[in-house]
Amino acid sequence: MATVYFDEATRRFSKDDAPAVDGITLDIADGEFLVLVGPSGCGKSTTLRMLAGLEPVDGGRILVDGHDQKGVRPRDRDIAMVFQSYALYPNMSAAQNMAFALDNAKVSKAETKQRVAEAAKILELEPLLDRKPGQMSGGQRQRVAMGRAIVRNPKVFCMDEPLSNLDAKLRVSTRSQIAGLQRRLGITTVYVTHDQVEAMTMGHRVAVLRDGKLQQVDTPERLYDHPVNTFVAAFIGSPAITLVESEVREGVARVHGVPVPLDRAVAGRAGEKVVVGLRPESWHVVDTPAGGGRDGSDPSALALSVELVESLGSESFVYGRPVGADEGADRVTVRLDKRTHLTVGDTVHVEPNRGEVHLFDAASGERIEA
Amino acid sequence: MSTSTIVGTRDDEQVPPAGGQRRRRRTSHQVEASAHHRGPMWTVAGYAGMVLVVLVIAVPLFWILLTSFKERGDIYVRPAQWWPDPPTGQNYSELTTRIPFFDYVRNSVIITSATSVAKIVLGVISAYALSLLRFPGRSIVFLVVIAALMVPNQITVISNYALVAQLGWRNTFQGIIIPLAGVAFGTFLMRNQFLSLPGEIIEAARLDGAGPMKLLWRVVMPMSWPTLVAFALITVVNEWNEYLWPFLMSDDETTAPLPVGLTFLQNNDGVTNWGPVMAGTVLAMLPILVLFLFLQRQMIKGLTAGAVKS
Repeated sequence: MATVYFDEATRRFSKDDAPAVDGITLDIADGEFLVLVGPSGCGKSTTLRMLAGLEPVDGGRILVDGHDQKGVRPRDRDIAMVFQSYALYPNMSAAQNMAFALDNAKVSKAETKQRVAEAAKILELEPLLDRKPGQMSGGQRQRVAMGRAIVRNPKVFCMDEPLSNLDAKLRVSTRSQIAGLQRRLGITTVYVTHDQVEAMTMGHRVAVLRDGKLQQVDTPERLYDHPVNTFVAAFIGSPAITLVESEVREGVARVHGVPVPLDRAVAGRAGEKVVVGLRPESWHVVDTPAGGGRDGSDPSALALSVELVESLGSESFVYGRPVGADEGADRVTVRLDKRTHLTVGDTVHVEPNRGEVHLFDAASGERIEA
Repeated sequence: MSTSTIVGTRDDEQVPPAGGQRRRRRTSHQVEASAHHRGPMWTVAGYAGMVLVVLVIAVPLFWILLTSFKERGDIYVRPAQWWPDPPTGQNYSELTTRIPFFDYVRNSVIITSATSVAKIVLGVISAYALSLLRFPGRSIVFLVVIAALMVPNQITVISNYALVAQLGWRNTFQGIIIPLAGVAFGTFLMRNQFLSLPGEIIEAARLDGAGPMKLLWRVVMPMSWPTLVAFALITVVNEWNEYLWPFLMSDDETTAPLPVGLTFLQNNDGVTNWGPVMAGTVLAMLPILVLFLFLQRQMIKGLTAGAVKS
């Protein structure tokens, strides 16, 4: 159990290139489950490997429990890692895989046996203890890899996309198992994933990275409701948020011609151009649109021509292009409950919900908040 | 050895279809149409090639074996007499009485085992350092090792001879063994093997607190057995058959290995009596043949299965 502190930590693979990890400052509390998320190549795995000591720190520091880890060898850091490939020792049985670290740490045979048995019980690995990795399924190997980390009772767990090699169903169940296990053991955990659903469901806090730079660290709810910029807004949430560039006139922004009234405080901070963000659930369907637009007044509802319907059973997502908009216009995503049925080619009128509008500066992409 | 040849060439059988696919990709569908019919032709050609290779290797060996059982007069008969008539063991008894055959065997065993152990240990340790440990100048050291591989040992023989003779090591085992124990091929082979191992397993072991030696013995070596066995086998065969250096270093049966001993047998006669020489050759071949059959299975066994998700 430990706190982890990244202090301007930087990793540069070569002098000429931009740093893979660029001055990340991140404070992780004892027992916290922190998820590092971002698109591939954003530096999240490198950040994790720096913490584990597998990658040098070229600038800044990484502190574990207040101690600078510079020059501390990976094996002396007391950090356990679960790899994407599981990286089990193929010549050892499941039990030997789990006991290896304890054996290296000169833990007594009796205690090793007891700790392996405990971990096997938690992970339901008891019948598999004598099997070698080659004789196990992907899910079983993944659990052995978890067991190998658990038996050590380390200061920090590092997990590098441990679920990405599992099939979809197993991934969902293992997701909650890992999260539950972490809460029970209370070991500080840094978890890397590119899957925003994993990020949102597992972590106490989520750190979003882009091009080696930290964008936002927050609870999943805050991240969803108060994204600091358009990148975070677009990355978190599935289907993605609809972002539309708009001019602000007299405190009113327009989304494809539909007026979106802004808070006075917000309007004051906004420049002439903003990006309006609306999540799929931030719209409601209206039956008869008021105002035609032809007589010069603003239409209050946006007419969408439906191009794609994703029905998930309990709800459905409609991807539509604004009627009358040119070909290049972005599609608008709207969530519908299961009572509303639409097919491709239909026209639907939607209005944005009040108070659910995200506003970003058009130039910088930063959130505009009162 | 003929067994190995057959196994080896059986793999070649798969080569023609692979080549055919490559060609198919390159050219039009006309070739593709004919490609369906080339099956039997290519199979026949493949088998013919196999038979040819087997003959080239097996006939001389077979001839040696037969000659070793022939009476002296029958060896030189023209046209060649294929089957020994009558077969005789006389050459074998002559071999063991005319020269101190078992002294040579003993020397061969000593030299081969000592040199092989030294080469394998040095090869593995140096390869480990050059692949998995980080130290300044690592790539330069590796380049030097590779450079050593480029120099034929016939060239270094002269300077080696001068040095060893000066040390007074002629006709001693250390004089034969130590200059032979240098290893470039093994370092090269094992280094590449170690580099081909999944990096995450090595990292996992480091995080699990394994020190350098533990990492080597418990993690790296168990995944490298097939390559190590191949390396060991090649080394043992080479050392067993080593001729030039021991020939220069040793004058008699106190240190000379079997191949050199057989030369003495040849020289003793004036006119070479090939019967005992062939008998000696057959006996010299046997241990290696047994070893090969014994280790062959190990070589093809893949041990990395299940290590990482592929």
